[in-house]
Amino acid sequence: MPDYPTHEHDVLIIGSGGAGLRAAIEASAAAVKVGLVCKCLLGKAHTVMAEGGIAAALANVDERDGWQVHFADTMRGGQYVNNWRMAELHAKEAPARVRELEAWGALFDRTPDGRILQRNFGGHKYPRLAHVGDRTGLEMIRTLQDHGVHLGIDVHMEVAIVELLKDGDRVVGALGYDRERGQFKIFHAKAVVLATGGIGKSYKITSNSWDCTGDGHALAYHAGAELLDMEYVQFHPTGMVWPPSVCGMLVTEGVRGEGGILTNKDGKRFMFDSIPDNYKAQTADNEEEGWRYTQGDRNARRPAELLTRDHVARCIVREIKEGRGTPHGGVWLDISWIKKRIPNAAEHIKRKLPSMYHQFKQLGDVDITREPMEVGPTTHYIMGGVRVNADTQMSCVPGLFAAGECAAGINGANRLGGNSLSDLLVFGKRAGEHAAKFAKESKAGQISAAQIEEGARSALEPFDRNVSAGQFEGPYQVQYDLQEMMQREVGIVRRQDEMERALEGLAKLWERARRVGVTGHRQFNPGWHTALDLRSLLTVSEAVTRAAIERKESRGAHFREDFPDKDATFGKTSLILRKGPDGAMQLRREPLPALPDHLKKVIEEMK
Amino acid sequence: MSTATFKIWRGDATGGNFVDYTAQVSEGMVVLDALHQIQATQANDLACRWNCKAGKCGSCSAEVNGMPKLTCMTRMSQLPLDKPVTIEPMKAFPLVKDLVTDVSWNFAVKKKIKPFKPRAPDAPDGSWRMAQADVDRVQEFRKCIECFLCQDVCHVLREHHKHDEFIGPRFLVYVAALEMHPLDTEDRRADLKQAHGIGLCNITKCCTKVCPENITITDNAIIPLKERVVDGFYDPLRWLLNSAKKTLKR
Repeated sequence: MPDYPTHEHDVLIIGSGGAGLRAAIEASAAAVKVGLVCKCLLGKAHTVMAEGGIAAALANVDERDGWQVHFADTMRGGQYVNNWRMAELHAKEAPARVRELEAWGALFDRTPDGRILQRNFGGHKYPRLAHVGDRTGLEMIRTLQDHGVHLGIDVHMEVAIVELLKDGDRVVGALGYDRERGQFKIFHAKAVVLATGGIGKSYKITSNSWDCTGDGHALAYHAGAELLDMEYVQFHPTGMVWPPSVCGMLVTEGVRGEGGILTNKDGKRFMFDSIPDNYKAQTADNEEEGWRYTQGDRNARRPAELLTRDHVARCIVREIKEGRGTPHGGVWLDISWIKKRIPNAAEHIKRKLPSMYHQFKQLGDVDITREPMEVGPTTHYIMGGVRVNADTQMSCVPGLFAAGECAAGINGANRLGGNSLSDLLVFGKRAGEHAAKFAKESKAGQISAAQIEEGARSALEPFDRNVSAGQFEGPYQVQYDLQEMMQREVGIVRRQDEMERALEGLAKLWERARRVGVTGHRQFNPGWHTALDLRSLLTVSEAVTRAAIERKESRGAHFREDFPDKDATFGKTSLILRKGPDGAMQLRREPLPALPDHLKKVIEEMK
Repeated sequence: MSTATFKIWRGDATGGNFVDYTAQVSEGMVVLDALHQIQATQANDLACRWNCKAGKCGSCSAEVNGMPKLTCMTRMSQLPLDKPVTIEPMKAFPLVKDLVTDVSWNFAVKKKIKPFKPRAPDAPDGSWRMAQADVDRVQEFRKCIECFLCQDVCHVLREHHKHDEFIGPRFLVYVAALEMHPLDTEDRRADLKQAHGIGLCNITKCCTKVCPENITITDNAIIPLKERVVDGFYDPLRWLLNSAKKTLKR
């Protein structure tokens, strides 16, 4: 066995955002030995950037809410291709998961009678998002972190995993390297939970952190797990577009929840022009009613700005393409206009949206209490991911679990805002619980010296290629070219020929990635880290592209210019990707599990 | 588009020096953009931490022209570009490499602080009732993104290296958030006085000045904690009562 430090855990959790932390807490409650691997420092994971809130049918603001309404909203938002069981569990369990956070010290904003306040968000029928201003993610990650550090979890900070270790079919650990020192580490575990988040860094314009490179998706895929729904990439309608330095930075949907409106360069509220049929009944048909909704009028319907993200993003693209965009290629998002409606509007905006105020003031020289913001779509979230069992979160690889953004199913073709944080809590907990159970019922597997040696050798290859001599390319240009290409060819609006071009481009980028070299030594070397991240980025980009080519219809976040309508057959079909015996990516279609009658009834009743 | 010159600290625990770099400056650019540009084009192995590049995670702390800053929130337009911009690692923590320091001490400190201990729930469903007004002041402290810039600037840590005796402004804010939490029932005053070393803070307010979240660290967190400690341990009336009690017991 190579002479690397070995850590023994019952359950190894890879990823330290909301899902990873929640899984770690649950697994340690089951009295097993838990290791938590963070690619960054603890508490810095991408969850920290979540703004709007956690969706849970607490019914604190509107007592008509309940799990059935939340379930129906989630299914409708996902265009009915969600895993129904996950959507059901999520809607039922989210309230308990939120209350638990309060018991661990979270301090949400309050209702006048002292309960957790809930706000409006796109696609949610009633005010449903428990929140803390617009920094809910920070509150959630800090609460989980501060609770978790007292539970005896071994935290491995700044460690990146390069490979999952297998014993036959089963996953029995992982090989990683410590970013600070550049040394390899072996993690020997009975069960592994992937909670690595998203893939945003495959795209040029994204709201995601540097570390959202699809590591969990790629690790699972290479270990034999299936990827599902990879064609569904969510472009959040409102990212900053100017200045270039902050292009893509998220502007929370909470702005629209608090009454913000979208207008084009002619000052027209264009969202009212195109309300989809399945949302007509619950969307206001005039601006006045929409305003009343945001101010808590229970008899008003929501404004068109609060339609689902996929739809709003496409309407924005349409406005820009047809020449009605703003100077820097976006549309206007205006919250300052509410000063016409309420007293002390500036103070109200600063209290409800403090980080938006701060972000625009400091980075964009825009005072959002006085002027509109310039916004456009930004790559935000992937609905697709590791295919897991809805109840246990285990993949088809024994001992390998996945939760949060890197797992698929709950969101279908489009995720509703706020459902991500609740997903992390509900399924993070389930993954932790079932991984612990699996670990207790299993014997320790054997880790293979050969696999570790090969993993380490291939990770170190970039050092053998001397970039300074000019014979080899550094990793950054390959990463940029990938991001540019994915943005251009596999973005919000997709077409067969463009995506086929992308596939050819990916083959070339793979070639380049296999030949990148790095300078310097192994100690905290971002060039080396980027070279290794390329493998994940390319794997997930290929998965997204292949699935998007195969789905010849438009549904949710997946929009095909050449197939602009929904197709009934595709509506009952899942696309599944798996690594073939020859190492090539294989795609197959599978029928979507049918909705049971009791849930069909729930959806009918909520229509 | 103009150019700017930089003097960036390159080196590790064994030593190092400033190295000169040049970067193109575009509208709205921040210091972290310049670091990324240099990393991508001139120094692939230049070490700096960053995550969100939106001022929300607190990873990219460094000293820009001698001031502790988040490099992702420091606009190039705020800096004089007629002379080189210096970028150095934080000084209160051991250097790992270039702009990356070993901040693990902070995580060890937090573990030693007594955790949140809520009172029994107010409602049968396990939930509590709290007024927004009571939550407001703790929410200010919970805005902290743990960038550790306040720790970096604190002279008790930076100059006097009292890491074993003093938890620093970040964790005094953390204790304040717990102590003033409407539901918390724990008493951390003895720890504040002894293990946390609150007496070492002589309220120079440097921490407040550098906080990127604008938390009024000294006035709202540290001074009220100092008052609680004084009330608990140095109140003359209570001292008299206590000594009287002791005398009676004898």
